[in-house]
Amino acid sequence: MSGQCDGAADSADRVEISFDGTPISARPGTTVGAALTDAGIRSWRVTRIGGTRRGIFCGIGVCFDCLITVDGAPNQRACLVPVADGMRLVSDTGEAARGNGSGNDNSGEDAHG
Amino acid sequence: MADVSAATSADDSAPVRRRPDDLHTEVAVVGAGPAGLAAAVTAADAGFDVVLVDAGQQPGGQYWRHPAEVEPGQAANSASAATAANEKTDEGAGHHSWLTFSMLRSRLRAHVAAGRIRYVPNHQVWLLESVGTASVLRLTGTWDAAPLRARSVTAERLILCPGGYDRQLPIPGWTLPGVMAAGGVQALIKGNRTLAGRRAIVAGTGPFLLPVATALAEAGAQVVAICEANSPTGWLKNVRGAVQVPGKAVEAAEYAASLMRHRIPYRVRTGVTEIHPAADQPAADQAAADQAAGAAEHAERVGAVTVTRLTADGTPIAESGSRIDVDLVALGWGFTPSLELVLAAGAHTKKDVDGSLVAVVDDRMRSSVPGVSIAGEATGIGGAMMAVHEGELAALTLAADSGRAVSSRRVTTLLRLIRRERAFAVSMHLANPVPQNWASWLTDQTLLCRCEEVPVAAVREAHDVLGATEPRTVKALTRAGMGWCQGRVCGFATAELVASCRGRASRAEDLRPMAKRSLAVPVALGELAALSERDTSSAKMEGGTPSERGRTA
Repeated sequence: MSGQCDGAADSADRVEISFDGTPISARPGTTVGAALTDAGIRSWRVTRIGGTRRGIFCGIGVCFDCLITVDGAPNQRACLVPVADGMRLVSDTGEAARGNGSGNDNSGEDAHG
Repeated sequence: MADVSAATSADDSAPVRRRPDDLHTEVAVVGAGPAGLAAAVTAADAGFDVVLVDAGQQPGGQYWRHPAEVEPGQAANSASAATAANEKTDEGAGHHSWLTFSMLRSRLRAHVAAGRIRYVPNHQVWLLESVGTASVLRLTGTWDAAPLRARSVTAERLILCPGGYDRQLPIPGWTLPGVMAAGGVQALIKGNRTLAGRRAIVAGTGPFLLPVATALAEAGAQVVAICEANSPTGWLKNVRGAVQVPGKAVEAAEYAASLMRHRIPYRVRTGVTEIHPAADQPAADQAAADQAAGAAEHAERVGAVTVTRLTADGTPIAESGSRIDVDLVALGWGFTPSLELVLAAGAHTKKDVDGSLVAVVDDRMRSSVPGVSIAGEATGIGGAMMAVHEGELAALTLAADSGRAVSSRRVTTLLRLIRRERAFAVSMHLANPVPQNWASWLTDQTLLCRCEEVPVAAVREAHDVLGATEPRTVKALTRAGMGWCQGRVCGFATAELVASCRGRASRAEDLRPMAKRSLAVPVALGELAALSERDTSSAKMEGGTPSERGRTA
């Protein structure tokens, strides 16, 4: 199971965010990816072709495997976006991510193919 | 300028929405890691007007990644306040050479406060152009909602310090959640105090596996093993090299003590050759089941690995595999420099002794393109202290080349330090090579390119059946390296795999097309459209102009 490091300062300050509608309490100053990992969530995206799950891989903004929708903005790198109070996170595990919908995981690809 | 520097200073904690600026400066430094920080503060010391662009929220890069700075608004412009804040927090916990960073950061803050450095965090360069003899960096926010303070930076001189990231080799099952780059595991711990798993295995090759394993153990994880594909005799051969870089010997001794203390087995000539999903959650139909249940936290994830003894060339020894349950796999095979801006500038590159593509620079960090210097990992993986020294040397060289007074004694010292650090790095690279026969643990179905989900079989087919004889063609035929990450993760492995299909070693010509990116980071179509609306007649995409500038010099 994942979570906070042993002995990590557990600040009294928390920010409240939500993941697919479920409330999550996060430590301020952490990234979305860290907050989800702290909450035991390992995956929030399904690939277009194989339909397999992905989570954080590179952890530093290189691999784009941890893409997530943040406050309505699709394809944000969870490992880089800092949490903010009231932030709404939506996983890409739905129809769009499977290539049957609006294809919201594709908006950047035209620009760099 | 004072106005702009105030708006972009480190202490600007309140995100104010304002029209992003087009900045003009004498020296632009890209990257605020060890090399970039040293380059920026040294250039500012020499009297240059400096803009420092960085993707991170705070300085330090990957090496000195640390938790969000406490009360940055109060500490940012005061060295004493910063020191006080540091003493109150554990932000430097687990870091080597934290004092070096702390001093560089204090100098950065002083220069920012004085308006000599305009520091632009949370921005990435998506396009490098040239207009006349100047370089133009087009910027985008690291994430969509990041406050965009500068839209572009036009600079007379450029110092590129883009750093690097974990080099990866595909392994069957490596796309399962819970399988991470070793550096990513480290980033979660260092930047967030987050532990990505409780029962971890660290595998690949190279000295970086040690700090990752010890950081995991110190954070409370059980590390079941470090699997080092190479042999420890490589380490023993390096004793002489280590003694010449005394800090390295101390570091190695500390890691050895930590491995003993936490009882972490260090297994050599051993590799993770297969990664399995958690047994109670078979891969088949799990995604659909989870989706129906809306239970992402019960998603398909890693549950075990097969650990196998390897021969000297990396071939798995038959029947030697054993299965170990884990919930986290950290993988790393050395590092790969970020070369997109180097290639966009038109600077020459070569294959380094570790097999990665690196920028070609002279002994003063000048690239083949006039006005463009390169420092840090992009010139060859050598570690943080070498990067600091290269960054300082790059800035001192700019100063000297501009006719400013520079301490020749300091330059001589830096040259000596860099030579020694490079010798150490080379001996480590030679002791920890990517195993020649790594592809022997692949299956046809193993995904080579994670983004476009291109299996190994597709690459072999492109070669065997379609007659593709070089990575560039394989990329076009299979889309390997053409997804979101643009080959950052699979580029090295794709080049190596195609070369091995040809029965030869990879060459710089194989690596280069996998590292070249038409845009340095993906951007919204709106930003491209906005660019085309402006006057771009004097600028060409992909740094064509700087390349020509290099040839005419």
